[in-house]
Amino acid sequence: MGAITAELVATHQLSEAEYARIVELLGREPTYTELGIFSVMWSEHCSYKSSRLHLKKLPTRSKLVVQGPGENAGIIDIGDGYAIAFKIESHNHPSFIEPFQGAATGVGGILRDIFTMGARPIAVLDSLRFGPLDAPRTGPRNRRILAGVVAGIAHYGNCFGVPTVGGECVFEPCYNGNPLVNVLALGVFKKDEIFYARARGLGNPVIYVGAKTGRDGIHGASMASAEFTEESKQKRPNVQVGDPFMEKLLLEACLEAMRTGAIVGIQDMGAAGLTCSTCEMGSRGGAGIEIELARVPQRETGMTPYEIMLSESQERMLLVVEKGREDEVFRVYRKWGLDAVTIGEVTGDGLLRVKDHGKVVAEIPNRALADEAPIYDRPRTRPLRTAPMEGPEFASRSLEQDLAVLLGSGDIANTRWIWEQYDYMVRTNTTQGPGGDAAILRIKETGASVAIALDGNGRYCYLDPREGAKLAVAECCRNLSTVGALPVAATNCLNFGNPERPEIMAQLVEAIEGMGEACAFFETPITGGNVSLYNETLGEGVYPTPVVGIVGLMKTAAPVTIHFKQPGRALMLLGGLGNCDATRFGSSQYAKVILKQLWGLPPALDMECERRVQAAAREIVAAGLAESAHDLSDGGLAVALAECSFGGIGAALDLASDLRPEHLLFHEGPSRILISTDRPDEVSRMARGHGVEALIAGVTMEGVVRIGNRGQVLIDCAIERLREPWDTALEASLSSHAG
Amino acid sequence: MKFGVVVFPGSNCDHDAWYAASHNLGHRAEYIWHDSSSLGDADAVILPGGFSYGDYLRCGAIAKFSPVMAAVKRFAAEGGLVLGICNGFQILVECGLLPGALIRNRGLKFICRQVELRTETTDSPFTARGERGRILRVPIAHGEGCYVADERTLDELEAEDRVVFRYVDNPNGSLGDIAGVLNRQRNVMGMMPHPERASDPLMGSTDGRVVLESMAAALAAVR
Repeated sequence: MGAITAELVATHQLSEAEYARIVELLGREPTYTELGIFSVMWSEHCSYKSSRLHLKKLPTRSKLVVQGPGENAGIIDIGDGYAIAFKIESHNHPSFIEPFQGAATGVGGILRDIFTMGARPIAVLDSLRFGPLDAPRTGPRNRRILAGVVAGIAHYGNCFGVPTVGGECVFEPCYNGNPLVNVLALGVFKKDEIFYARARGLGNPVIYVGAKTGRDGIHGASMASAEFTEESKQKRPNVQVGDPFMEKLLLEACLEAMRTGAIVGIQDMGAAGLTCSTCEMGSRGGAGIEIELARVPQRETGMTPYEIMLSESQERMLLVVEKGREDEVFRVYRKWGLDAVTIGEVTGDGLLRVKDHGKVVAEIPNRALADEAPIYDRPRTRPLRTAPMEGPEFASRSLEQDLAVLLGSGDIANTRWIWEQYDYMVRTNTTQGPGGDAAILRIKETGASVAIALDGNGRYCYLDPREGAKLAVAECCRNLSTVGALPVAATNCLNFGNPERPEIMAQLVEAIEGMGEACAFFETPITGGNVSLYNETLGEGVYPTPVVGIVGLMKTAAPVTIHFKQPGRALMLLGGLGNCDATRFGSSQYAKVILKQLWGLPPALDMECERRVQAAAREIVAAGLAESAHDLSDGGLAVALAECSFGGIGAALDLASDLRPEHLLFHEGPSRILISTDRPDEVSRMARGHGVEALIAGVTMEGVVRIGNRGQVLIDCAIERLREPWDTALEASLSSHAG
Repeated sequence: MKFGVVVFPGSNCDHDAWYAASHNLGHRAEYIWHDSSSLGDADAVILPGGFSYGDYLRCGAIAKFSPVMAAVKRFAAEGGLVLGICNGFQILVECGLLPGALIRNRGLKFICRQVELRTETTDSPFTARGERGRILRVPIAHGEGCYVADERTLDELEAEDRVVFRYVDNPNGSLGDIAGVLNRQRNVMGMMPHPERASDPLMGSTDGRVVLESMAAALAAVR
């Protein structure tokens, strides 16, 4: 390979200034291999160069946080000597190009992040965004993407043996060319058995384990750092292929090898593969690493150093092992039938030195790659929004019909078609699986349980990124509180468009600041996460879609589910009926589905009030007073009431509100939780103790959903009339159109 | 009384079976590695669910060649109790200890769901503590659980009372709604649903306990 030309630099997505910086750091021109190494490590995906400055604004500490951002995953203390590791990551770009493998390897990547720290993965959740399934032109492709993504997640998680216990699925036209696939994984381990990705100890061997290296996935990280164009389909070879069986072996072998006590540091090879794992481990440990590529197990012949260093072949790990104890480690990997080869050693010079058959092909300071990537304070203006502040005049012709249509709409309809393809029970920890407000997993070792929920609302964030991000955090915490769990820590996945556009950069910054403010307020520090930018195809970007995953802690007990259990129980609305005006209604599902419009602002959030409602809910649930509990979110009161009724017991509500009926039934004001109880007085007393209104809204009864306001009947119908569209909509829209 | 739980590379319900036997039912339980040529002192053997050897080629097709399966076959021939759950059932039909085959679900998709099973016979060491006709709530989680066999085999299974469980609402297209079958000697049973996932009140059902409880009772009676 000849000299480095300007064109070559440009095809590596490095700017002239960045290239000049590389020359300055090296004190010379880079080799071709070095250019490739810099291009992936300094890509947006690996370096967070557009977001890093702003991510610093997020709260990251609390007394439960054992490990914050900067490692493979965040870790929190769950008591009794145990900890959990968890993180969310995106695989948006690969899932668009090749839905099945893109999503599958997304699951594989985040699972490795968890078990590389020594934790055994016990749960996966996914947050998905697609274009509408029934769109005339793009519908067929959207259906194919959804089916492929779901099958890919199922394939990987089911075979690996981790339950996929929940998540969310949302449809908007802005995700037509940019589906979002965010996967959260969570694992459990002993607090004193945590492993870190740090290279230490001069002369310690660097060991490669797992699958052989091939040409797949080269430049995957760079691909994830650019917009899509017509040519992007040609990037299919950039998508990796996953093998969950290999990953399962890798999991068991790594956990067993860790028990030998011979492992000093360990990191998975994810984005930027061997490059990233070597220089990051070196940089974190303040050490150098020297490797010989001829020793790297390869599944193709004739691979160049450039290709080996940039390959993103899946199911590989890099270990630093105590010198002289290699055999203990090799023995374990041999038992599991896996390759384990010493490819280099830890050095004292701080350099990543790559040799190919003895000849040095790259020699770069680890810090330059891992920590000295450029950081940009990109210009920003006002967040992009074209939606008007005022909405149309409207009047419902049939509130009952509106409710049925809402229940059968994309974001609200039953997602059973999706989650039944996931084994959500394997490992027998899932006390509440998909379909509830939060998933709950018991920790067998301690008697505690961990609850997890995922939330994000692109519509809210498009109208106001700051408030939208806060609302996502509030709702996520509310979901946890509704099942009785105390929210303790968060992970985030920030899905945005092209940060080089000032109005997109403004969305990103406002969302981060809003999320930071809410996470600080609700005492759920961000312990790690992922930023996915350039979610744009042919110049059209996604709504700003920050997704937050929050974990909560509770005592292990039979879960309180959303369905009403008995007729004749008092129905109580913690937080009351809430408020709404014409402007705030424009972000609702009613506006989206019934009026097909978007305007105004997201619902108003009073964080102080939200916190009190959640505290009251937790106390009521923990005291065993709630027979059912469900928070109000998409579709407001009427949708929540219908969902609570789908077990067969409905309710009659008799309200006294001055809101117009559409607002009363469907507004999405936060800080509200619907519970049924046979002890309303005690519930009222507890709510009062937190300064929370506990409105006695009605009574549960067999078979019907009835809502009246000041004597006027708004809804009165059999549960089945509502259940049917809710239960069948997703499957119908996937199967009625072939292709 | 000791259950041996076989671990193949790719088994992933091994822990669940072990936990149900040891923690939910209070028996001893031990893992048996796939390259072991002996079952040690196990009194009964469980082949757990999962994706043995990645289920490459065909579910259970590679597992049948593992050293431990030779030991399992000998154990079964001597009258030992062998329970295959999900992938374990697939392995048992692959290696000929049970008749028939398990093919892809009718809908071609993986299904994880709580289902209802009807107990068809209590004339077996796996269901003796149950009640004929009793409906059990036990989950399924499989992509290839559609039970098929030729007509003669199906007639034989019916005539010899070897269908142990039937789906109340057939989820996967299994012929005769068959969810679990016995071998002729009635000491080997395979079933696609997961009784070990219905052995703990926290998991929403304890109806699956009858299987391991019956096995333990049968072994206690022999002693």
